Amino acid sequence: MLDGFLALYIFMLAAFTGYEIISRVPVILHTPLMSGSNFVHGIVLVGAMIALGHAQTPLGIGIGFLGVLLGAGNAAGGYVVTERMLEMFKSSKKPGDKA
Amino acid sequence: MSWLPTLIKACYFLAALLFILGLKRMSSPRTARGGIVWAGVGMLLAVLATFALPGMHNRGLILAAVVIGVSAAWWTGRRVAMTAMPQMVALYNGMGGGAAAAIGAVELLGFAAAAHVSFAMSAQVGGGVSVGDTFSYRQLPDAAPLWLALVGALIGAVSFSGSMVAFAKLQGWMDKRFVFPGQRLLNLAVLVLAVACLVAIGNDLLLPWLIAAFFVLALLFGLMMTLPIGGADMPVVISLYNAFTGLAVAFEGFVLGNEAMIIAGMVVGAAGTLLTQLMAKAMNRSIGNVLFGSFGAVAGGAAQTIEGAQKPIEASDAAVMMAYAERVVIVPGYGMAVAQAQHKVWEFAKLLISRGVKVKFAIHPVAGRMPGHMNVLLAEAGVPYDLIADMDDINPEFPNTDVALVIGANDVVNPVAKTDPASPIYGMPILDVSLAKNVIVIKRGRGTGFAGIENALFYADNTRMLYGDGQAAAGELVTQLKSIDG
Repeated sequence: MLDGFLALYIFMLAAFTGYEIISRVPVILHTPLMSGSNFVHGIVLVGAMIALGHAQTPLGIGIGFLGVLLGAGNAAGGYVVTERMLEMFKSSKKPGDKA
Repeated sequence: MSWLPTLIKACYFLAALLFILGLKRMSSPRTARGGIVWAGVGMLLAVLATFALPGMHNRGLILAAVVIGVSAAWWTGRRVAMTAMPQMVALYNGMGGGAAAAIGAVELLGFAAAAHVSFAMSAQVGGGVSVGDTFSYRQLPDAAPLWLALVGALIGAVSFSGSMVAFAKLQGWMDKRFVFPGQRLLNLAVLVLAVACLVAIGNDLLLPWLIAAFFVLALLFGLMMTLPIGGADMPVVISLYNAFTGLAVAFEGFVLGNEAMIIAGMVVGAAGTLLTQLMAKAMNRSIGNVLFGSFGAVAGGAAQTIEGAQKPIEASDAAVMMAYAERVVIVPGYGMAVAQAQHKVWEFAKLLISRGVKVKFAIHPVAGRMPGHMNVLLAEAGVPYDLIADMDDINPEFPNTDVALVIGANDVVNPVAKTDPASPIYGMPILDVSLAKNVIVIKRGRGTGFAGIENALFYADNTRMLYGDGQAAAGELVTQLKSIDG
């Protein structure tokens, strides 16, 4: 188990990181970026796997199974749609971007 | 195998690093595509590492669920149309929220089971000595994981049911708005009840039925909170739920002691919150207004009635008008994308350019259904970046524009946003299309836009309406333009 205050520090620093990353993003990337961040929280899949891995009762296993199913959907779906959107941006022949 | 836990921890660390670097790359157009791949590698590492975790049960079930979930989402994500991206993001985001809620449920049920075992033990030992008390106390969960599991579960469940409603609305499966008197009060009551359950469980009242009631109320709240929100506000809501899911993942990550989840979740929570604010700002709406004010149901006086009539134009005349213009600005909206007209429009634009006409595409920050959505759709059709202009860059150019061609855009070019304080969209920044010398609007019929508001632009003296389906009309323009030379 993580020490409470250590976790608090991680929470704080991660929040600042997220805020900084997004703060200078051009409007044209808002949708792909939202989709990309949607993919990143697909890491919930890992948590769902751990939860299912530790579940003992049939009810717990059932809910855990559902969780893994949903988490896998989040991760895979988020990746595919983000990748498809960003793939199109390479069709610009100009090396410079229009930020 | 003492190196295995270290290796797993290292994988999680790398995953967190790759997520942050990937997101960083995604925030610039040149590196964006590599960004998602980096993040993807991080995800793969994390998932593989989790399979190798010692002491895991149900590995077969885990594998089955992963395979089913991944293939279903991969398949749908591959074949969905670009126009449907916003609702797909909503759908996948809701799934993430649901997964976070499921983790919370499993952990809470585990806590409850442990607490019950401890009560039974204290009853057995409780012949007289006070040992039983201390023994049972140890079986209760620590306060921090219990509360965070609860808060994470609440946020995750709200994000799940809310995102599903958002998906259903954008997909057109559900009426755009669902309002009834006393709705806000009822929503508040549901939220208060859900929080009451949360507090009770948090104070070690670990009863399975109470946990079940807590989840039902949380899911109900997400559903009811999203029902009254109109389609035009959906991007903001989806973005908000995206941030919610991030937070829920971070909290459940703390419960499970998984640092990668904490970092990734928190980064998304913060980034998503900022993104939500940016979107709301682009639409000139506060987040509170989106959530609690019902769009369209404006109290302050009746909207001004619009005088005049819509004046139609034939495609041949429109084509001639643009063929001999010096500057043409094309203003695409979601309607163009729905009609799949972007390829035809780009073909038309290319013909104009070959005739020496200066053509630009003007994009409103919320054109399409999300900020940046229209850029994606135009990029899909092959329109290069340098022809696409943002609102702030193009607005000063409209007075020098000979023809502004509006196709499938409505609310974002509506001048009442500047002139009519009683209008629900009053104050929203718009593209000043009405300042152009001539305006041609391609529109299917005489109906109102997404927000259901009458558009004064369509009645302006310098506006001509070209009625028809976006793709057919654009195709007709191409044909007419070719016939001028031929």
